[in-house]
Amino acid sequence: MDIFANLIDGFATSLLPYNMMMITLGVVAGLFIGAMPGLGSVNGVAILLPVTFLVPPTSAIIFLGAIYYGAMYGGAISSIMLGIPGASTAVATTFDGRPMAIKGEADKALVAAAVASFLGGTISIILFTLFAPLLADFALKFGPAEEFALMILAFSTFIGLGGDSILKTLFAIFFGLALSAVGLDVVSGQSRLIFGDITGFYHGINFLVLAIGIYGIGEILWTMEIDKGNVSLSKANVSLKRIFKAIKELKNTWGTVLMGSFLGYFVGILPAAGATPGSLMAYGIAKSASKTPENFGKGEIKGVVAPEAANNAASTGSMLPMLTLGIPGSPTTAILLGGMVIWGLEPGPLLFIDQREFVWGLISSLYTANVFTLLINIAFIPAFIAVLKMPFTILAPIIFVLCVVGGYAPTNDMHDVWLMLIFGLGGYLLRKLNYPMAPVVLAIVLGPLAERSMRQTLIGSHGSPMVFIERPLSLIFLIISLFLFALPLLKKLNLRKKLESL
Amino acid sequence: MKEQMVKAKRWFAWAILSIFVAGLFSIPGSVMAWEPKKPVEFVIMAGQGGGADRLARLIQSIIAKNKFSPQPFIPINKGGGSGAEALRYLQDKKGDPHVVMATLNSYYTTPLRSNIGVDIKDFTPVARLALDTFLLWVNSESSIKSVDEYLAEVKKAGGKWKMGGTGTGQEDSLVTGMLEGRFGVKHTYIPFKGGGTVAKNLIGNHIDSTVNNPSEQMGFFQAGKSRPIAAFTPERLEAFPDVPTMGELGHNNMVYFMQRSVIAPPGIPSDVQDFYVGVFKKVNDSAEWIKYTNDKSLGRAWLTGNDLTDFFLKEREVHRKLLMDAGEIK
Repeated sequence: MDIFANLIDGFATSLLPYNMMMITLGVVAGLFIGAMPGLGSVNGVAILLPVTFLVPPTSAIIFLGAIYYGAMYGGAISSIMLGIPGASTAVATTFDGRPMAIKGEADKALVAAAVASFLGGTISIILFTLFAPLLADFALKFGPAEEFALMILAFSTFIGLGGDSILKTLFAIFFGLALSAVGLDVVSGQSRLIFGDITGFYHGINFLVLAIGIYGIGEILWTMEIDKGNVSLSKANVSLKRIFKAIKELKNTWGTVLMGSFLGYFVGILPAAGATPGSLMAYGIAKSASKTPENFGKGEIKGVVAPEAANNAASTGSMLPMLTLGIPGSPTTAILLGGMVIWGLEPGPLLFIDQREFVWGLISSLYTANVFTLLINIAFIPAFIAVLKMPFTILAPIIFVLCVVGGYAPTNDMHDVWLMLIFGLGGYLLRKLNYPMAPVVLAIVLGPLAERSMRQTLIGSHGSPMVFIERPLSLIFLIISLFLFALPLLKKLNLRKKLESL
Repeated sequence: MKEQMVKAKRWFAWAILSIFVAGLFSIPGSVMAWEPKKPVEFVIMAGQGGGADRLARLIQSIIAKNKFSPQPFIPINKGGGSGAEALRYLQDKKGDPHVVMATLNSYYTTPLRSNIGVDIKDFTPVARLALDTFLLWVNSESSIKSVDEYLAEVKKAGGKWKMGGTGTGQEDSLVTGMLEGRFGVKHTYIPFKGGGTVAKNLIGNHIDSTVNNPSEQMGFFQAGKSRPIAAFTPERLEAFPDVPTMGELGHNNMVYFMQRSVIAPPGIPSDVQDFYVGVFKKVNDSAEWIKYTNDKSLGRAWLTGNDLTDFFLKEREVHRKLLMDAGEIK
């Protein structure tokens, strides 16, 4: 009951007209920041941080929370409309969102993304409200061994897919892993694979550079080849009736949404993981669990709702380690943390006790922000669709410019722009040869996390890999991933039996 | 009537003249004081979320909040290669007045550990803002309450004692090396990505001890989850009055600091240098900075100009010796 009393007090704070205004402003700003490639929520929050000094701390953090939240929704927009991930968290949304738009179902994809984001966000806020202190202890149980087992689980969701050729999937994963090894080795501090001494490789290969290259530039090349110079218009329609119909059709996907929400939330609360791995894993699991995995990558609605539910759930989840442990779960929360420090709020286990008004104001504002974002987002859908109606000859140069800006912005380094163009070309060629590209992206995101946690565990155990199976949580993850690895084989055996019995 | 006109004219002439005179005086002023004409890149030689990053973003917030600079400071993380990326970047920005960099001790150690073609003597010193301190921490569930008990436990573990810290060759590993060199004990050193993650792993019992900065453990310490057993400082820290220094326990010269300074690229005109020194002097004197440094037990240590360069060069030699003792360089 204590929780509900706190929450009601929190609503009393966040529903003040002034704070409501901050939420609306934050959500709209966030939506556009998220939709602009290269201006993800990290930069958005950083740029608008000074604005928040004009208002009281609680309003300020509510404002930043709303931007953060709006940006999570916004990332999906450019992923679906233009095929360029607007933010790192929305990469998995391009896999099926873009094909849906090409099929003329952009409005359906946008509605699906918005509703899934809303549900994912709401579910995770409820979990947050009920179990915050408990989950903080759970996050502490996660040591390097558990982290590594979780990463293995993530990889296995992408292998046990069935649809694509397993050999080609494996190749794609190893290719991504090789790319993720570029840069600094955390353990020895030495630089690796910097191709002589190219300073641009010192910071490793930013995975957004890879994703924008493959999906943005690759998409332009791909469309040019298919159109062969003909000017084509996307079939895109929108009407209230279509929107309602799209919402109704979503009832087939509620299982996927639930899975994405819970998974996203749990991955989000682990320090250092964050929303991007969460959304990629949700995509992989949605595909493995599907009866028709071959439809994924070709415009399957479940391939949109899973990552979108997960990334919003994870973004709420990653507030937990920030507030209770003082460890940001993502770069964005790192900046939020910086803001909290200057307002004199000390994150840590005592924040929930000493700063009740602030914590519960923030939590309740997440509920409000979620509802606002859904409404604002759906209201904007016709405007987004109008963009899609532009002829490709006009759209392609815009996409190209956005790609270059998106590649340059995170590091301010031209090196990354060239790299992105090379990846675009390479990705296009691999795609012509039917190599799946999603596993490359997955590997470059998870590779560094997996490598680091494995080496930390093995240093601690003096080289004995037994720790991975001695620790219960890690053992559970490994058993599940073993099952997922074996799944394609089991499916094949089953198929053969069926054929023989015919 | 006529007289009035003359009066008005005369008044007008005086007004014009005085404006000119005022203008004459103000022109030299506006030429002398350099101000940035576009946003200033505030390079951080570490990744996002770590201690250096958090501090730099706090400084950015203080500058923005109090309008210490007509143009904003935009933080950019260049943490690759233990700061090698950032050092090379600043070197290439020679003479660019719109870049400054927040440094930590990898400012000395990175160029010593690998040849990246950078000599820190060439950079333009701006200001040293603070010296951060180190303590020896264990989980509060541990029975260890003193350095002697700690050393006994580490010896008993026979090299299997897990010390967590930041990357190999960085500050935490040097402090660990100092402990090992002095007491002849062996740890298994596990490198993590940042001090915050190190602290969390100590509380989760995934490692046995750390040498965190106060700011990294403060939240857990206040919640009674971690215990400091000794400080690597010359005097006791205000925030930890019950924690003895290594010196008090009879272990002299076991002092280590993390410097938090700001530098600019080589070849910066002195008026530009003066502008940045002015901005950071204001940060140093701001109420927010004083409150933060007190809360986090971070020692304010203002130093600028040639004294700062001398400090850097002296510290570089100290680190050369530490790295040699740790077997990192020859």
